[in-house]
Amino acid sequence: MAATSKTTSASSKSTSRTRSSAKKAEPAIAEFDKDQELHAYREMLLIRRFEEKAGQLYGMGLIGGFCHLYIGQEAVVVGLQMAKKDGDQMITGYRDHGHMLAMDLDPKGVMAELTGRRGGLSKGKGGSMHMFSKEKHFYGGHGIVGAQVPLGTGLGFANKYRENGNVAMAFFGDGASNQGQVYESFNMAELWKLPVVYVIENNKYGMGTSVARASATTDLSKRGESFGIPGEQVDGMDVRAVSAAGAKALEWCRSGKGPYILEMITYRYRGHSMSDPAKYRSKDEVQKMRTEHDPIEQVRKRLIEKNWASEDDLKGIDKDVRARVAEAAEFAQTDPEPDASELYTDILI
Amino acid sequence: MPIDILMPALSPTMEEGKLAKWLKSEGDTVSAGDVIAEIETDKATMEVEAVDEGTLGKILVAEGTDAVKVNEKIAILLAEGEDASAIDAAASAPAAEAAPAKQEAASAPAVASAPTPQAPAPETAEDPEVPAGTSMKSSTVREALRDAMAEEMRRDGDVFVMGEEVAEYQGAYKITQGLLAEFSDKRVIDTPITEHGFAGLGVGAAMAGLRPIVEFMTFNFAMQAMDQIINSAAKTLYMSGGQMGAPIVFRGPNGAAARVGAQHSQDYAAWFAHVPGLKVVQPYSAADAKGLLKAAIRDPNPVIFLENEILYGHSFEIPDMDDFVLPIGKAKIERGGTDVTLVSWGIGMTYAMKAAEELAGMGISAEVVNLRTIRPLDIDTVLASVRKTGRLVTVEEAFPMCSVSSEIAFQVQEKAFDYLDAPIARVTGKDVPMPYAANLEKLALPNVGEVIDAVKAVTYTA
Repeated sequence: MAATSKTTSASSKSTSRTRSSAKKAEPAIAEFDKDQELHAYREMLLIRRFEEKAGQLYGMGLIGGFCHLYIGQEAVVVGLQMAKKDGDQMITGYRDHGHMLAMDLDPKGVMAELTGRRGGLSKGKGGSMHMFSKEKHFYGGHGIVGAQVPLGTGLGFANKYRENGNVAMAFFGDGASNQGQVYESFNMAELWKLPVVYVIENNKYGMGTSVARASATTDLSKRGESFGIPGEQVDGMDVRAVSAAGAKALEWCRSGKGPYILEMITYRYRGHSMSDPAKYRSKDEVQKMRTEHDPIEQVRKRLIEKNWASEDDLKGIDKDVRARVAEAAEFAQTDPEPDASELYTDILI
Repeated sequence: MPIDILMPALSPTMEEGKLAKWLKSEGDTVSAGDVIAEIETDKATMEVEAVDEGTLGKILVAEGTDAVKVNEKIAILLAEGEDASAIDAAASAPAAEAAPAKQEAASAPAVASAPTPQAPAPETAEDPEVPAGTSMKSSTVREALRDAMAEEMRRDGDVFVMGEEVAEYQGAYKITQGLLAEFSDKRVIDTPITEHGFAGLGVGAAMAGLRPIVEFMTFNFAMQAMDQIINSAAKTLYMSGGQMGAPIVFRGPNGAAARVGAQHSQDYAAWFAHVPGLKVVQPYSAADAKGLLKAAIRDPNPVIFLENEILYGHSFEIPDMDDFVLPIGKAKIERGGTDVTLVSWGIGMTYAMKAAEELAGMGISAEVVNLRTIRPLDIDTVLASVRKTGRLVTVEEAFPMCSVSSEIAFQVQEKAFDYLDAPIARVTGKDVPMPYAANLEKLALPNVGEVIDAVKAVTYTA
């Protein structure tokens, strides 16, 4: 796991904000050293290549049902992974492959779960939206929009109960941010000062409905105000900004001050799920994000500019990552399906 | 005409209480709204306010008197100009005549839905789960539930209880009485009124390895939390390939109380029993309540623990043991018999047991199976009884459609068809939302007569 990021007050490009607000005048950016930049690059690239492969396997009919790709949003989970300490938990919704890879779950196990094979992390019984690893502090993978928010609050409750100094990160989208149980959770978390960072991954669309068409107030970082929960908007396409904001939020929670809200302004390049043609937004909008704000490209440019890596070095990384993904895909296609006897196991302990 | 002051009913299910204290003395002037006495029920101490004005002429029930029945005359209020001579006349008139309409209205639902606690019938079978020679003590279901939680909280520091009014208020139905004082607000936690949220929070804490007991003030409110119970608590173990489950107990009163209307009177056993990944327990006696709640708290799976408000105040004999735990998924022959099998659970048992008693007087020997657990269903015990008696009547308060009775009937015809000498009969709540009116509520609930009629039908003795 990477070292905790240092924070500076360097100004950043305001990548994707649609409104201005005084409090966001100087977003904090973590100054990454070479190792951190390379780590971020490698981790984000793994998610990108993994998801591209998943999309490919889906197209081949090897992955069934739902498959929600994380492409475009990689900086959010990687930045927070770099800010967290060992023992901090993550829990998220159905767009969860990136979180699992960032939490060091085995790509082979994840991909084999996508194809419904016995070597999948849930023995092929969970699918894309349902993978877990207590050992790696990853608590799923939940398919009901918003349900992970009370669950993540419960993880924070357990941390406080045990006084273990850990912080839970509950990820949810702009769509989930309108669910009632989110506010029930906010209330209890602040009331009881639970160590929970609520990470709202605002990718601008809840399935096909834009935030503006679904939300009476669109600055989701303020959704905790009536409970007294501090929040801020973060450039979720810049892994350094995510990391800095994450470090600050985690420290806030760890010091006993209660929950914190981070609204990550991000973007998914693909449709809501594989079956979504994404006709609710223009190709230009997507292309603009890809060319101007791509989270991986940003790191790549800095690595080259600072002479921390050559094109060849980066190609090497890409080759390694592709090899890992290919290995995962190979395993996911050759591993057998679960034994029929597994139908009746794991219902009760 | 002097006015009778009657023992008031302070809750929908109150049948009697203690007249703890008089705050007015004989001869005192009383205005409407004055607090004249304090009454203690098993749940709370309440103040009694005067409804009329006058002079407190005579106190008929001394302070400190226990078990004063609702509607019993406790004092006489003299109107202006009346003197003590009026009291004698009034005192000699029975209370029922003094206020016939009121008494009937107030007592009818109690009769309908709250059978008087009864001593175990002599035919009551020994519980094979209790070692022979174990001494017994009396306990209400309420005390048994509280003791079960307290014992398990002493045993395991990861066990905590959360819910609305469980801590400082001592429980809406006083089930958590005394727990806050012993275990502090770290482990006895008052929640906001936010069922979906705190149910989910509890499941998350359970996924992290704690052992939450989540109290719903009533299971009617658990509908708000249904998604977290079903989709998060029940399914995660399976979806994770066995890696991670939720050791959690959801408990609280379930089913009809008395006169609380349709939204507060529903038995959800069949709803929860439908779902793989849940265990569903529905205790009848204090021993069931204690032994099964302790088992539920220790169980590594999510357990739905369906109590009943009317049973809370009922007293039963309970084994006097340090650590009395009953197995989940095992039924009990509550009363042995040979002619017909009555299968029931929870409050349905009160009808079944009374019916068995009356049937014995008619020469029909009924065996009563107390299911104790709905899921996993101990069908083997039911089948063994049916194979012996050849006849089956199920008794429950829930709606008939897709009920637990339906499932039992299916499994019995599937596995013991050749043993049946008559079609299976079921006695259930009627297929209507619970009405408020006392007479209609009485009609909506099952009763002992219906059980007896069903038994006569299946034994062809009608």
